[in-house]
Order: sequence, then C-alpha cells, then structure tokens
Amino acid sequence: MDSSTTPPIGAITTENAQLDVTLEQLKKLVSPRAFTGETMLLNMGPQHPSTHGVLRLLLELDGETVISCVPDIGFLHTGIEKTHEGKTYLKGVPLTDRTDYLAPMINNLAYCGAIEKLMGIEVPLRAQYIRVILAELTRMNSHLVWLGTHALDIGAMSMFLYCMREREDLLDVFELVSGARMMSSYFRPGGLWRDVPPAFFDLVKKVLDVFPARIIEYERLLKENPLWKERTIGVGVISKADALAFGMSGPSLRGSGVNYDVRKAFPYSSYDHFDFNVPLGSNGDVYDRYRCRLDEFPQSLRIIKQALDRLPEGPVMTDDRKIAPPPKHEIGTSMEALIHHFKLWTEGFSGPNADVYFAVESGKGEYGVYVHGDGGPKPRRLHFRAPSLCNLQALPRMAKGALIADLVGIVGSIDIVLGEVDR
Amino acid sequence: MNWKTTFRKLTRIPLGFYTVLQQTLRKPVTVQYPEQTRPMVPRFRGRHHLKRYDNGLERCIGCALCAAACPADAIYVEAGENTNDARFSPGERYSQTYEINMLRCIFCGYCEDACPTNAIVLEPIEFPTGYSREAMIYTKSMLLESPPINVPATPQVTEPGKFDRSIVPFPPIDQQA
Ligand code: SF4
Ligand code: SF4
Repeated sequence: MDSSTTPPIGAITTENAQLDVTLEQLKKLVSPRAFTGETMLLNMGPQHPSTHGVLRLLLELDGETVISCVPDIGFLHTGIEKTHEGKTYLKGVPLTDRTDYLAPMINNLAYCGAIEKLMGIEVPLRAQYIRVILAELTRMNSHLVWLGTHALDIGAMSMFLYCMREREDLLDVFELVSGARMMSSYFRPGGLWRDVPPAFFDLVKKVLDVFPARIIEYERLLKENPLWKERTIGVGVISKADALAFGMSGPSLRGSGVNYDVRKAFPYSSYDHFDFNVPLGSNGDVYDRYRCRLDEFPQSLRIIKQALDRLPEGPVMTDDRKIAPPPKHEIGTSMEALIHHFKLWTEGFSGPNADVYFAVESGKGEYGVYVHGDGGPKPRRLHFRAPSLCNLQALPRMAKGALIADLVGIVGSIDIVLGEVDR
Repeated sequence: MNWKTTFRKLTRIPLGFYTVLQQTLRKPVTVQYPEQTRPMVPRFRGRHHLKRYDNGLERCIGCALCAAACPADAIYVEAGENTNDARFSPGERYSQTYEINMLRCIFCGYCEDACPTNAIVLEPIEFPTGYSREAMIYTKSMLLESPPINVPATPQVTEPGKFDRSIVPFPPIDQQA
C-alpha cells in the first residue's frame, strides 16, 4: 500500500491534541520480512494462561525463534487513577488495593506514605513497625504467587500447590488484622485502621517458624534441578545498561546486578532501623531473577523478626485530629470530636497545593505514587509508577532471539501483574 | 562435564521426588467446603447488619454519614422524623429508607468506621448472594436485626423527653479484637 494513501488508524482529533498512528508506523514494530511471508505473525494472548492475566503479545516467528515481540496492553484498564480524582484522600485507600492485587499492603503503604508526605504528618513508630512487618509479609505473598505460577509455566506443577499452601498462612495474618484476605485497606493516612489483635503475634511467629523449612523445600525442588537450570540459565538475558535504560526495578533489575532497592536507597517507614541484605544476580537471565526473589525470603523473615522483637508500645494512629478520625467513644461526649468525625467522613481533609512523589519497594520493584494536590480534599491528579509496566517494557529486548517455548518463562520471570500494568 | 557434576545432577531428581513424596505424610490443609467451613476472624468484613439498642430502639439515626463515607456509593439513606408516639431511634431522626447495593459494595468497612452510633456493623456471617440485580439491593428490613427477646419492635411509644439525644455514650470499639 502506498504510504501517501494510507489512512491513519485510530486518528483521535481533539481541539488541542492530535494522535495519528499510521499503518506505516505500526509496520515498523515487526521486521520487513513479515510482509513477504518469510516469518510468521502469531498472537499470544490475551487469554493465554501463561501471560498471567490479559496480556496480548504479538510475536514474529522465524521457525521457533522469536524475531520480535510486541506487548499489547490495556485489556484490564480500570481507570483507577482517574477514579482517584473523584475520591477524597481517605477514600482512595481501597482503590490502591486493586492495582497490584497480589501485594495490597505495599500499595496501601505507598499511597498512605504519599498522603502523609503531602500533609506533613509523622506516623507513630509502632505503626511504622507494624507496617514494615505487614509489608514484608506482603512481599513474601507476592513472591510466592510469582514462584508458583512461574514454576507452573515452566512445568514444575507441585511448586504451585506448595506456594499456594504457604500463602494461605500469610493471608490468614492479613485476615486477622484487617478483616479481608486480599483487599485489606488496613493502612490509613496517618497510621493504621486499628491496632493489631493479640493473636497477630502468634500467627506471625508461626510463619517465622514454619517458613525456613519451606524455603529449603523450594530450594531442593528447583535450585539445583538440572531441568529447571536448563530452562532458565542463559534465557532472557538483559544487560545491566539495558535494564537501567528501560527503567526496570526490583528483583528483575537486581538480577542483572544493579544494586538498587528503595528500602536501602531511600528508606521509608523506618526500614533503616533493620539489618538486611539485598540479594543481587549477575547474568540478568531468568535464573538470576529467580534467585534474587528466592533469596529475598530469608531477608524478609529477618526484617520481620527484628521488627517483632523491637516493636514499641504506643498509638498506631497520629493524634492529629485534622487527619485521623477521633476514637469513637469520644463522639458521645465531646462536641469537638463529633465535628471532626463528621467533617472527616464527609468532606475529608484538605491537602496543600503541592506535588509529592513517594516510592516504596514492592515485590515487583519501585512502586511510586505521585500526588498532585490542588488545595482541596481530593487530588487533582494521582499517578502510580507501576513497576510491572516498566519491567514489561524490557520484554521485547529479552525475548529477541529466544525460542517461543522460553517466552513463557521470560514473561513469568519479570513478574507482571496486569492489574498494575493497566491500572 | 566430569563424573562429579554428572553424579550431582543425577541425585537432584530423586531428591525432588523425595521432597514431593514427603508431602503425602502431612496433614492436608484443605477443608471439604461446604460441609466444613473455616472459622472466620472477629474482624472479618462480611455482610452488613443494622444494630439495635437493648431496649429495641434502632441505633441508626439516619445521618447518612455511612453513605457519604462509602467509596463505592453503595448506600442510600432517607431520614424520617421520630415522634414520641412512633419512635424508631433515639433523637430526632431515624432512617426511613436504608438500602445497600451489595453488587456495588466492596466490603471495605468504611461505613462501619463512619457510623457515629455503631449502627452498621460488618459481621463475619452470611454472604450476600442472589440471582438478580434487584435481589442484591438489600433493604432496611433485610439488614435490620430482630429486637432482643421480650422487647417490642420499632416503632415504640415512648415517654416525652427520655430519648432526646441521638448519641448515647457507648463502650469503646477501638480496642475490639
Ligand atoms: S463496606 Fe464499604 S463499599 Fe460496602 S457499603 Fe460499607 S462503605 Fe460502602
Ligand atoms: S448507619 Fe450509622 S452512619 Fe449510616 S445513617 Fe445510620 S447512623 Fe448514620
């Protein structure tokens, strides 16, 4: 087709913006050989079980070799960022659970941290420590789901069952503290919803007792398994420079040997009070990314142990009544408490006219929340820096030259959650 | 490849089998739902209930704070006036209409937090299910718990001046399990 007569595809014309995607531009995504029929175009997804959600990959294949791989995202777009613009700062918490639905507490932490930074409030130390314990449990939860599904993709079925079994112990902890297994909404701007119940400590200790033996089991099954190594070593390699250039973060970046962890680089929520190591890989292949995540389990346990031992007493919510709702028993006796209660639950608290960015290390990488406040009780714009999206960008580079059978392993190794990619 | 690495590789597969076979000796973690159910924690955010005081009066005063706090806009409240001859709740007003759209509700528990009288509580029992959209809009009669035994239901006839205040001090909820 002649380029001058090519009609623009999906031309969106508004008064001030024009987005023309021409067929010519789309053609550049695959090699010219695809148009002569030399290579084959193949759709993988959006309903493929190994894409961990609704991800569509457009593959150009030469025999079994992937020539190019074009991710097509947006099938799970739920407009969470836009919805935030209509919600007060307090009401935004349940929405954040639903971005990366495998790590709700870490999302809550990032969001609440951003609001606290915007409002300039200090969170009590006890709340910070409990947040750290729960965030590390969430990281383990996220890694367990990743390990199970990733191993299942490559063919190690029993791993999936074991990981789901252990995850249940972690979900029990979340259920105990927040009343919900996955959509916890337990962290609130200024602290925590309620203090943890006494049974919490026994449950976490049980996790601490049981887990080391379970990690040994996982290692026995996969670490030295020749079949597993055959499928993962040297597959989906990405160099240090490329990984940085694509803006990767988290274990996927550390697998390439870049020592960047938000918990160490920009400590938040008292992470600087705890001793832990950041496991690093060197080759940047699927196996190293797998090692990085598995080595994070013992480190998470280490952090939880330290935080439990040193957990201070005290309140779990800031005493700033302009942000934290008053205790309910005060409402019946104090007029001021009643006014604050009504004002906070209807209008909400007003933030300053300012921009803040607050990042945490989620199981997938740097999960950041950017809030642009306009002086009112709702954000004018709220943006999530979703690690899954940034890591997914590197997939075409990793997949180039790989075998199609290895592609599921590569997609699995970057640990994407489509709810977070599309938001 | 020398014989050492070959041997090492060969031992790994039986080790994996051993690890898997070990699991058969463990107690299963699954339960036979629905015959068996797992216990739910006290904080579990299940179905909503509208509570009453011990004297049978409804706790809900129709302030619609729950509706304002709901992030999913699932609650609809319409208030009515209490009189001494037909009293539903202490204070001036009660909820004439109280509806929760269980299809919209995300069970976040914000309504429970916002309620000044602890009228609405999410309890770890009963899951809302239904075959149609209409059936999933829970009305006040479905949500309101029945009055204690030997206590008259609402509306009650009460003596003037006894229930002037909407909010009676109640024991703290914040320390709840
Ligand atoms: S639980 Fe949450 S979503 Fe459901 S009615 Fe209450 S406030 Fe609304
Ligand atoms: S349930 Fe509570 S918050 Fe809702 S209208 Fe009744 S008293 Fe007000």
